[in-house]
Amino acid sequence: MDLNLIWFVLLGILLAGYAILDGFDLGVGILHPLARSDDERRLVMSSIGPIWDGNEVWLITFGGALFAAFPEAYATIFSAFYTPFMLLLFCLIFRAVSLEFRSKVHSPVWRRLWDFAFFAASLLASFLFGVTVANGLLGIPLNERGEFTGGIHDLLGPYPIMVGLMTVAMLAVHGGLFLHLKTAGSTQKMFYRSIWHAWGFYLVMWNLVTMYTLVKVPRATPNFEHFPWAIGVVVLNVLAIANIPRCIYLRQVGQAFLSSSLGILCQVILVGVALFPNLVTASNNLDFSLTIYTAASSQKTLGIMLVIAIIGMPMVLSYTAIVYWTFRGKVTESVY
Amino acid sequence: MMMLAELDVVLLSRIQFALTIMFHYLFPPLTIGMGVVIVYLEGMFLRTRDPLYEEAARFWTRIFAVNFAIGVATGIVMEFEFGTNWATYSRFVGDVFGSALAAEGIFAFFLESGFLAVLVFGWDKVSPGFHFFAALMVSLGSIFSSIWITVANSWQQTPAGHEIVPMLRDGKPWVINGEVIRRAEISDFWAMVFNPSTVHRLVHVWLGCFILGSAFVMSISAWYVLKGRHREFAERSFTGALLLATISSLAILVSGHEQAKNVYETQPAKLAAFEAHFQTGQGNLSLFGIPDAEQETIRMNLAIPGGLGLLLFGDSEQEVIGLDKFREEDRPPVALSFYSYHLMIAIGGFFILATLLACWLLIRGRLFQQRWLLWLFVLAVIPAFAANEAGWVAAEVGRQPWIVYPPFEKSAEGKLQLTDAGQFIYDESQGLRTTDAVSQFISAGQVLGSIIMFAAIYLLLFIIWVYVLHQKISHGPVPVPRRDEKSPGKGGWEAATSWQQHQESLTDTRE
Repeated sequence: MDLNLIWFVLLGILLAGYAILDGFDLGVGILHPLARSDDERRLVMSSIGPIWDGNEVWLITFGGALFAAFPEAYATIFSAFYTPFMLLLFCLIFRAVSLEFRSKVHSPVWRRLWDFAFFAASLLASFLFGVTVANGLLGIPLNERGEFTGGIHDLLGPYPIMVGLMTVAMLAVHGGLFLHLKTAGSTQKMFYRSIWHAWGFYLVMWNLVTMYTLVKVPRATPNFEHFPWAIGVVVLNVLAIANIPRCIYLRQVGQAFLSSSLGILCQVILVGVALFPNLVTASNNLDFSLTIYTAASSQKTLGIMLVIAIIGMPMVLSYTAIVYWTFRGKVTESVY
Repeated sequence: MMMLAELDVVLLSRIQFALTIMFHYLFPPLTIGMGVVIVYLEGMFLRTRDPLYEEAARFWTRIFAVNFAIGVATGIVMEFEFGTNWATYSRFVGDVFGSALAAEGIFAFFLESGFLAVLVFGWDKVSPGFHFFAALMVSLGSIFSSIWITVANSWQQTPAGHEIVPMLRDGKPWVINGEVIRRAEISDFWAMVFNPSTVHRLVHVWLGCFILGSAFVMSISAWYVLKGRHREFAERSFTGALLLATISSLAILVSGHEQAKNVYETQPAKLAAFEAHFQTGQGNLSLFGIPDAEQETIRMNLAIPGGLGLLLFGDSEQEVIGLDKFREEDRPPVALSFYSYHLMIAIGGFFILATLLACWLLIRGRLFQQRWLLWLFVLAVIPAFAANEAGWVAAEVGRQPWIVYPPFEKSAEGKLQLTDAGQFIYDESQGLRTTDAVSQFISAGQVLGSIIMFAAIYLLLFIIWVYVLHQKISHGPVPVPRRDEKSPGKGGWEAATSWQQHQESLTDTRE
């Protein structure tokens, strides 16, 4: 296993960490309008109050690590997705602001406004993440220097929209399970129902996306011949998704949440397998693709970065564990 | 027409970066400075068990959390912009610059955000000792963050520990249209980290943060004293912050002096722009004036003859390199460099005078009767913000036209090469011009659109920020009941395993 491959895997871990952790934050935002009263909406936000900020750090670190390990890919992806990423930034800012400042003014209009901002920003951010990944699988037009030569219309075909919707559904399930764990009483009952609906939608979208990928995205499948173990990941993914309704039916919601997390992890791994060894696939000329070898920093830098990661990551995991352990348990109804 | 469109993207991207970084930079120095104040207050509480310290620490933590939340939300933007707007730059420097950003994420951001939750939500749940530890970790996290980002920026100013090498494709240099694609790669990590300007600039940044943090605390405290509210709390907070501000203001004078010498050694064109020193020769120190780059002179100039030479070399007669030694296309914009640099120094001078006067009155026991001086401190937080911003404007505008500063061209024997007119020549292969650094295939319309959005959102954020601060300040600190000596609180582990509830958000904790 060379350094380039190690960094490809490490980036996958950071991305999966982000998708699982901030994934339920986003899902909580998507389900937020279902809450029926001001108190309930406040409670829903409370469930992620202390942790959203730590979860977003996974995205920041993913971005930083991509910049350091594969600068060519970082530069191509971020400039190619200029407009979607700017929208993503606005969503992330609005989410932060609505979480922090919604309750600062005792005016119903003010609160409804921020409630809407929280929902819309979470929905759009989830959708945009899906769109980005789908374009990664399809490939984007690049020139010889590895620069994106297309326009915004190249990024919004039917496949990206389908994957975007699937991501919304997937995170809604994930967020719903988290809310079920974090609430009690009538609120919990209400989210119990919404998990079923979200899961149904997820199942439909997952099937559509899978079929479309097999038929219309030829580049997504050949790697499975080189890596037969990846078939196991597909099976695991199916089992994880199927296990969610079984667990919620049996009211083992903790296990359902773990299944949902495992499902997300599988999806990230499958995207990685499908892309490998490319980071950015050139749709116009495969030779222009940026791979983990052509887009990488020097071996020396990858080595230095690995030392930084080996020192840093155990610390990161221990803080994250402490904070989650600290804030485990239900959020109470009596918020004020 | 094509040229115009390209220029637009460069100009617009610069405007966008300036807008977003200047807005973002209102918050990190505040959190770095206030973090130190909170650690001090909690430390004093641990030692003395005086509940007033805890009351103060709780109050400042609530204010801290508001600043922190906006700092995080606006910080993500910065990391994205290197890729979205400055892709060519990112390709050129990613190997070096990216490492510093990644290290910042791994070492600083996780530490800060993790322990912030304990700091904000943990008052009644963990022991004072553990809470103090959390405060220390948050403060340390913000300081780590400043280290890595200053390292990254300093490397742009005074690159070291790297080599500019051809990128390889199949083991051979990568050539497109006859041009070899080159980039910077780390050759010596620690030389990159401790490049010639890192330490000078880091010390200066920290002192600026301490002054801003303490000015912020003094502003609110002075207001309470003037309104006759929370007197004891306010006087104690003011005194602690005044101490930090006085020491920092004096220290930053020394640090600024050392840094100016460092800038002259490493980036003489930049210092010449700071001082609007057009003609090489005796260096006059302009105290006030309106630089005119066309006429190469300073109008309405009030200057100390030879002052610049005196400061740089201890010799007023010695020749100081002026802008005339640089080709026109290699000169930084003079007016903006001059104004921002002088504004920063003027405010620094103001803080030295104001804090020394306040200290003298404090010792005489008359400080809290001087209403005019207290009003001055209520307002002084604005110049403190301005000085931090102006310092960065000077540093970044003075670096132009380069985004990565190249060394001078030298002959094989290491002798400086000059043009026929006796001007320095930069070795452009070793640096990068700002105009060459932007993303190639983004349009001016895209950038303009995002600027408008940022401007609107940040204006909104700013209004909310001021409003929420106003609310928190009006609400004021809440007295903390004395702890029962027999139950000293829980250890971190015990608290973590028994904790069952928490409140809404980082900025909204229940008393």
